[in-house]
Amino acid sequence: MTTKTTPKPQAEASAARKLTIHPVSRIEGHAKITIRLDEQGQVADTQFHVTQVRGFEKFVEGRPYYEMPSITARICGICPVSHLLASSKACDSIMAVRIPPAAAKARELLHMAQFVQSHALSFFHLSAPDLLLGMDYDPAKRNVAGLLEEHPDALRDGIALRKFGQTLIERLGKERIHPSWTVPGGVNNPIDPSVRDKTLAELPSAVAIVERTLAMWKAAVEGFPAEVESFSNFPTMYCGNVGPDGSLRLYDGNLRFVGPDGAIVADQVAATDYATYVAEATLPHSYLKAPYFRPVGFPGGVYRVGPLARLNVADRTGTPLADAELAEYRQRYGRIVQSGFHYHYARLIEALHGLERIGELLDDPEILGTRVRAHAGVNNNEGIGVIEAPRGTLIHHYKVDDNGAMTWANLIVATGHNNLAIGRGVEQVAKRFVHGSKIEEGALNRVSALVRAYDPCLSCSTHVLGQAAVVLQLEGPDGEILDEIGTV
Amino acid sequence: MVEKVKVRIDGEVIAATAGQTILEVARANSKYIPALCYMEGLSATGACRLCVVEVSGVARLVPACTTPVAEGQSVVTSTPQIESYRKIALELLFAERNHVCAVCVSSGHCELQALAQEHGVTHVRYPYSCPRLPVDTTHPRYVLDHNRCILCGRCVRTCAEIEGAHVWDVAGRGIGSHLVSELQRPWGEATTCTSCGKCVQACPTGAMAEKGWAVEEMTKHKTVVSRLTSMREGS
Repeated sequence: MTTKTTPKPQAEASAARKLTIHPVSRIEGHAKITIRLDEQGQVADTQFHVTQVRGFEKFVEGRPYYEMPSITARICGICPVSHLLASSKACDSIMAVRIPPAAAKARELLHMAQFVQSHALSFFHLSAPDLLLGMDYDPAKRNVAGLLEEHPDALRDGIALRKFGQTLIERLGKERIHPSWTVPGGVNNPIDPSVRDKTLAELPSAVAIVERTLAMWKAAVEGFPAEVESFSNFPTMYCGNVGPDGSLRLYDGNLRFVGPDGAIVADQVAATDYATYVAEATLPHSYLKAPYFRPVGFPGGVYRVGPLARLNVADRTGTPLADAELAEYRQRYGRIVQSGFHYHYARLIEALHGLERIGELLDDPEILGTRVRAHAGVNNNEGIGVIEAPRGTLIHHYKVDDNGAMTWANLIVATGHNNLAIGRGVEQVAKRFVHGSKIEEGALNRVSALVRAYDPCLSCSTHVLGQAAVVLQLEGPDGEILDEIGTV
Repeated sequence: MVEKVKVRIDGEVIAATAGQTILEVARANSKYIPALCYMEGLSATGACRLCVVEVSGVARLVPACTTPVAEGQSVVTSTPQIESYRKIALELLFAERNHVCAVCVSSGHCELQALAQEHGVTHVRYPYSCPRLPVDTTHPRYVLDHNRCILCGRCVRTCAEIEGAHVWDVAGRGIGSHLVSELQRPWGEATTCTSCGKCVQACPTGAMAEKGWAVEEMTKHKTVVSRLTSMREGS
């Protein structure tokens, strides 16, 4: 996606340049980053572009609403369960049903399995090459294959942890990707006792992997002071779902917004009221919309979502092992953790919480309940479903006619909420690491690694189609591209 | 007096009754010939061309569902050419409208999908038409998705021949042919529809479905419809 420009006379080109990272690699979806340098070779400004459009919100118009979970799940292959659940909740709302308790627990169990597999994918498969091999490591080996040579045990742990989550999804939903088990009104089959027994038997080894990884990461994170300091290390608001007692909630709960200092700005915001607090702006350089906190306005109302934000927003996780880790995390970095680099740490704590919730849910006798589905037709012409996806708050908002045909849809996904913060984070990290006329590969990789820390899912966020990957372009003030480098 | 004839199907000599079609005789004798528009208990129309077979002395392939057996006839149900034609017919059905199995209520229970798998249709060699087609959600219990309709006409014949209501028909010509209920009225406003749902059960794909079922959940019971005819004939 190189910008096409007409070469300008050399005198006009001057020393100022633009860098473009395209495509950004080891993320889900497509992105491009442009960094404009001034005549002294210092970063003048940056832009984070999401480069493709998919149009889900438009082409679902006319479809029966109860098809929405399976259609929107196709937005993403990494966390389709998030879309399935948010969509199913929006459909429950259209049907005006309160789903049976066993179904709600079954859905949460599926969600926790997804949290574990998705967080494992983000930490081990996508970011561990930067984190364990180093930001300046040979780019040809800075990948999963390099990890296999240098850190085979960590890689095995990552694969085993992801497999644990994926296997549970498969046992529950019969398919690892895009399971059709979650339906409007509940789930379509009760859980077989053998699923509980097999999963509970495997659970301790999964918990041990996360505990081992947390211990390793707590030591390793000390080796990244510059990254901690410059990866989106600025004050923003934070958003996430919490329970009535302020504890972390991933499947249900209500929205809470806190300010940069941790003060609660809005609390127990029901799904139906999200639009009072969240509005969306469009950016001229990106297909990804930029949600902002409506009472503050655009572009000042920047807030973040996802693991870092959720741990800032929640008073506690509500499970013992994760709460102990959260206490240590807060002891190290404070009650409000600002640096985007700590998304990784927060992600591991959440993975532990997910595993603990899996244990709690499976120990609950109600999880095997056989009444798992409510049937109803259209009883509301509008439905909103909100959940915490692994990458942050996910909102599905539908309108239907009296016959159940979709007339309007709005999906606000985690990466969208983080769009403004990623954009500002790119600028901060570029200013810290990019200097002069020649692009250093390590600098390029740090800009990409900042994006990776957010674990963005750009295919989700633009509901986009295409190949994944970042290109870094160096551009003069007149738009001439002077240097270009792509990541692998 | 019922006239008996002897035919040879895939080399095996079979006794049949004059007036029976090749498809009826083959199926009664456990000889498999695929078909989509044919359904037991309904008249045959020869629309889908999946049941094409070779008949001795005939230079072209003929549809087994509409070709009557004749004394001394020799029929071959499968050759590389026949299989190739069947695969083409299936691919053209997929190319004509918007068949997206992954999000279809009938996935896993769909006759078109099953036949495609059976015939090794892993790709469609023709450009997709991708027509913009509506979904009729006006009926309180059922839904018609034109994107998934293959115009087999089983719903039309079921409604006309078994229910006697004749709500459905095919309007338009060629590629513009499409299913209509009661002279273009939305299904939910069709005064002749008895809401019996037999058309839904007869539909081989997810084009007609009961409302409210999610992906992969719509299973059809076409034998219930076929049985009505045999019970009436038996009475």
